[in-house]
Amino acid sequence: MLELDAIGTGYGKAQVLRDFSLSVNAGEILCLFGRNGAGKTTAMKAIMGLLPLWSGDVRIDGEAVGALPAHQVPLRGIGYIPQGRRLFTELTVAQNLEIGLRARNSGPEVLDEVLDLFPRLRERYRQRAETLSGGEQQMLATARALCLRPKALLLDEPTEGLQPSMIEAIRQVILRMRDQGVAVLLVEQRVDAVLSVADRVAFIENGRNGEILSAEALRADHTLVDRYVGI
Amino acid sequence: MELGPYLLLATLEGAVTAAVLALTASGLALVFGVMRVVNVAHGEFFMLGAVIAWWVASHIGGAPVWGFTAALVLAPLIVGAIAAAADMTVLKRLDYDPERTIVATIGLLYILQQATLMTYGPDARPVEPPFNQRLALPWIEWTETGLGLYWPWGLSTTSYKLAVIGAAVVVLLGIWALMTRTRIGLLMRATQLDRDMALAFGIPVERVYALVFGLGAALAALAAVLIVPIQQAHYLMGHDPLLLSFIVVIIGGLGSLPGTILAAIFIGLTDGIISVFFSPTLAKILATLLVALVLVFRPQGLFGTRAA
Repeated sequence: MLELDAIGTGYGKAQVLRDFSLSVNAGEILCLFGRNGAGKTTAMKAIMGLLPLWSGDVRIDGEAVGALPAHQVPLRGIGYIPQGRRLFTELTVAQNLEIGLRARNSGPEVLDEVLDLFPRLRERYRQRAETLSGGEQQMLATARALCLRPKALLLDEPTEGLQPSMIEAIRQVILRMRDQGVAVLLVEQRVDAVLSVADRVAFIENGRNGEILSAEALRADHTLVDRYVGI
Repeated sequence: MELGPYLLLATLEGAVTAAVLALTASGLALVFGVMRVVNVAHGEFFMLGAVIAWWVASHIGGAPVWGFTAALVLAPLIVGAIAAAADMTVLKRLDYDPERTIVATIGLLYILQQATLMTYGPDARPVEPPFNQRLALPWIEWTETGLGLYWPWGLSTTSYKLAVIGAAVVVLLGIWALMTRTRIGLLMRATQLDRDMALAFGIPVERVYALVFGLGAALAALAAVLIVPIQQAHYLMGHDPLLLSFIVVIIGGLGSLPGTILAAIFIGLTDGIISVFFSPTLAKILATLLVALVLVFRPQGLFGTRAA
């Protein structure tokens, strides 16, 4: 579904990712795990076309998208939930969702579906995004991405700074998307949060591939986590 | 004439300046707000609007109203197209880098100005207004029988000047509706708020930029078409609108449209009044001093929300 084939990229002249490869299947949650600065967010930006690829390619459903202009990448069916939410703060909840809907011409039934997942957003529908609480903003960021009817979903630390009930709500939505056959790439810092949802875990270290393991194996043996995150 | 009627006259002149300035400056504010580009060539788009208006009007025979109407439609379209082309061929290739776009638009300023000098020449040429009735205005005074009206000599305006004010109000309402009520306005605001996220949600940011740059220039051109029956077209006429637009945009808060319009009304009226009572130079000096004070004490502008 979503494939990174030996990509290299970085900022200015500083290379962050080197020959980094990854493959997320439909109906699977792959968790990207690594220290701060290992290149997790950079990998997501590279998939979205927000950073130019220096080498390698990104494929969605077998179609190479690495050379496409950035605004055409999401049209292939990638929903992005960035770190820090990055909502259109001065726009209302409705307008934020409309931007998600128009990207791939999603109909009103998609909006209904998304609002059923997050009933709180229906109550706040005409409010400006910046007036929402942190948890509601994360819901909106997730809902905005789901409005694209994504085939692949990228989540960058979606539970950062949220209270447990919100984390659980987001977790349920992620699981639901997986069950609907969406390929989910999840970046997460908290080990317990990862192990409770992930099907596979890919480690990243200094912009290079580490091991890729099933979550079950990790649950059985914690030493690898300690090695990569160094707790 | 007494002070009262004199002040009314100055206010009316100031209102015309304010109307034209509000249009010009909102074009500049739109470009800066959405694209973060400081468009130094904005005054030349204004000048081009006036020159093209003269050219169109002089090629269309018949009553002045036909030539003027054609200019009102064609000049903003042509200038907008030139600006959009400049965006796609120059600014886009600079990746909208803030410093380099300033230098590039300075270059654009001289290219447009000198090209106009070489083709249109150094003369100032008028465009006939479509209608221009003199309207005498009454003033109140105390007479033995109580409050009475009289018509002081020299207190008058023209129907065209009032139409300029009306047209500016209509266009500004149109811009407001475009930004808040339409799909394309939504895309512009999303691009303004977070360019990367706009891209991540499939908004063709490059096309939005070309459109915004064209629209900003078209607003300046439209303002120039409205003023050219009062002021005449000349290849150096872009300087004052550029200076005043920057003053207004800085006072109003960079990129804030409502702030820009309020500041344009304030600066336009004071410019008109001070010009009538003292001198136009003093008006510019005071406006520039106000900018300095705003920059020192409230750098985000009077109505700005974000730090500039």
